[in-house]
Amino acid sequence: MATTALSPTTESYRRSWVLEWLTTVDHKKIGILYIVNSFLFFFAAGILALVVRSELAVPGLQFLDERTYNQAFTMHGTIMIFLFVVPVLSGFSNYIVPLQLGAPDMAFPRINALSFWFLPLGGILIFSGYLFGGAAAEGWTLYTPLSAGTYSKGVGTDLWLVGLLLVGTASILGSINFVATIFKMRAPGMTLFRMPILVWTVLVTQTLILLATPVLAAGMIALFIDRNYGGSFFDPNAGGNPILWQHLFWFFGHPEVYIVILPAMGVVSEILPVFTRRPLFGYRAFVFATVAIGLLSFSVWAHHMFTTGQVYLPFFSFMTALIAVPTGVKFFNWMATLWRGSITFATPMLFALGFLSMFLIGGISGMVLSSPPIDFHLQDTYFVVAHLHYVFFGGSVFGVFAATYYWFPKMFGRRLNEGLGKIHFWLHFIGFNLAFFPMHILGLDGMPRRIADYSPDAGWTMWNLVSTAGAFMIAVSILPFLWNVAATFINGEPVGDDPWEGNTLEWATSSPPPPHNFDRLPPIRSERPVFDLRHRHDAERLAAEEATAHAVVEGGPS
Amino acid sequence: MHAAEGVELTRREAGVPTPLLGMLLFITSEVMFFGGLFAAYFNARAVHVGTWGPPAPAAELEILPIALPITIVLISSSFTMQLAVWAIRRGDQRAMRNWTALTLLLGIAFLAGQLYDYSTLGFGIGDGSFGTVFYTLTGFHGAHVFGGTVGLTILVARASQGQFSARNHVAVEAISFYWHFVDVVWIALFSTLYFLR
Repeated sequence: MATTALSPTTESYRRSWVLEWLTTVDHKKIGILYIVNSFLFFFAAGILALVVRSELAVPGLQFLDERTYNQAFTMHGTIMIFLFVVPVLSGFSNYIVPLQLGAPDMAFPRINALSFWFLPLGGILIFSGYLFGGAAAEGWTLYTPLSAGTYSKGVGTDLWLVGLLLVGTASILGSINFVATIFKMRAPGMTLFRMPILVWTVLVTQTLILLATPVLAAGMIALFIDRNYGGSFFDPNAGGNPILWQHLFWFFGHPEVYIVILPAMGVVSEILPVFTRRPLFGYRAFVFATVAIGLLSFSVWAHHMFTTGQVYLPFFSFMTALIAVPTGVKFFNWMATLWRGSITFATPMLFALGFLSMFLIGGISGMVLSSPPIDFHLQDTYFVVAHLHYVFFGGSVFGVFAATYYWFPKMFGRRLNEGLGKIHFWLHFIGFNLAFFPMHILGLDGMPRRIADYSPDAGWTMWNLVSTAGAFMIAVSILPFLWNVAATFINGEPVGDDPWEGNTLEWATSSPPPPHNFDRLPPIRSERPVFDLRHRHDAERLAAEEATAHAVVEGGPS
Repeated sequence: MHAAEGVELTRREAGVPTPLLGMLLFITSEVMFFGGLFAAYFNARAVHVGTWGPPAPAAELEILPIALPITIVLISSSFTMQLAVWAIRRGDQRAMRNWTALTLLLGIAFLAGQLYDYSTLGFGIGDGSFGTVFYTLTGFHGAHVFGGTVGLTILVARASQGQFSARNHVAVEAISFYWHFVDVVWIALFSTLYFLR
């Protein structure tokens, strides 16, 4: 602990706390802003999830009518995806990537601040539909013609479009910043193949954002024109095509799935080596698998549209199944890293292992859905809801919590309490499986998604009740987490600069790092410069022993 | 760990300058944006029943008297922009400012011509799928030209204060990339609308 840190001591000059956080262009403060803002939206969208699950617990309409129910699940999905999972991972990337590159900041610090501040604004616009006669209620995919002016008259849908355009603009600006940072701001000696795995996954993720988000922006602008200026992009009565929306949406929407999962994979690949005391197995294979997933992600969008009858099923089915190959490579990397490692089950590691097991289930149900005959049966059922939650929640959100426990000591110099962390993990893990595993069964039984009510005779009541109980268990699991964060802020023990004995450069500076990040850097001769630094004497001793051994052999009696 | 064992935090500036890389990445995202709009155009065209073109009274898009001249204006502005870049690479601040100002004027002329064209067409954005895609695509291209004229105005203002030199003019290079990109989009759009009948 602390032995490897170069411990810069420079203090920043003081100014008003509020002004500092409102006007900061420091990537670390912006990263924390991203994370805090994302968690606020996470809690809001989580409450909406509880509302949805409460309504579905038993047959009959208890709390909501269909209209408010539609708004609740639409806002839940939209906010969770666009204002929680994507930005919270961008927030961690924002904080960690420049540190891992040995850089003083992002390439464009002021654009970085701009792309953050668009987010709360966009989120508020999306939510503000509730104040103006009802939020968007067409599902987070906003399919036409349901979302066209004829069927969705309220201003909520327009606010959704405008708010999401802002969020999308923020993502695009952010992606330009990340890619420029990774290519231009690496410390001397940090070659591409010495970059930490998280940086590689962020590079691929941000490239996907750069290429996919503008297509959604074009689609949203087209829909806005249809709704407000009499356009007919998606109106079949005036020569348009409603299926076009699905193409534009999913051309963005499927890369989006990898935008959400790849940084979480990067987080897990940072954590596994630290808590197994082994290097990541097959670093280069992992990098190429990440790039392969990025490339394939642009050729699979129409697997969301098998039942439209307008896409070539064999091609999209084959390309979708192909994604299992690089993903399988990654699972091999992770398993081989764990194999015979000296594993410590600290909370970040628990969440990382939770990620591996839950994302695996999500990946397997994805393979099930990639087969058109099965997909025709399961399209728009709860099986799809189960699948997407195992990927988004079991995958990405477990990764988010792993990252939170892992980097909290770097951000604030104090470690979150391990006991509370483990309570959080187990409640979260069990609650998650209770909430979402039964949805597989409900989906196979034919329960459609996006319905507010179901018949008591359908036989779906028990599993829905279990699922609702699980949802509340997840909500309860957040309480020890919040308590943990608050208690650690108030009287957490300072744990020094490198409490986990990390491998990458963020552990070579103080916790929290100074505004300019580093006074000096260790030499970078591998993807684990801090490991090399910590064991430099071991390396010298080994070399010396080897030299002695040679000397003995050569100098011995012949 | 002694501080002396760390390496110095020197960075080499090699290859593409960072702001220029930022502009290239932005242009990449813009290519995807226009890609989406062009996809919408060709989709509308593919599902359209009957002759593809403006609604009844207009019947056909006329290349004269507006569309072709403003196309020539915009293409020439790419050349004047490049002359400005070459001028500042030589260190000729005056020539750079004048060529940039001329580019700006040509850009404004294009926008004025496009607005005049709109006023004479006789159909609107709500008149069938042709009207929708025509105004959306040309309108968003026009908005990008407008964005470019804002950039050019800033360049002219900064050039008047002597802020650029042969060594330090990355903003000129970046705006020129953007301007050429907007020009290329128009060539694709013009060919699609007026030649690919």
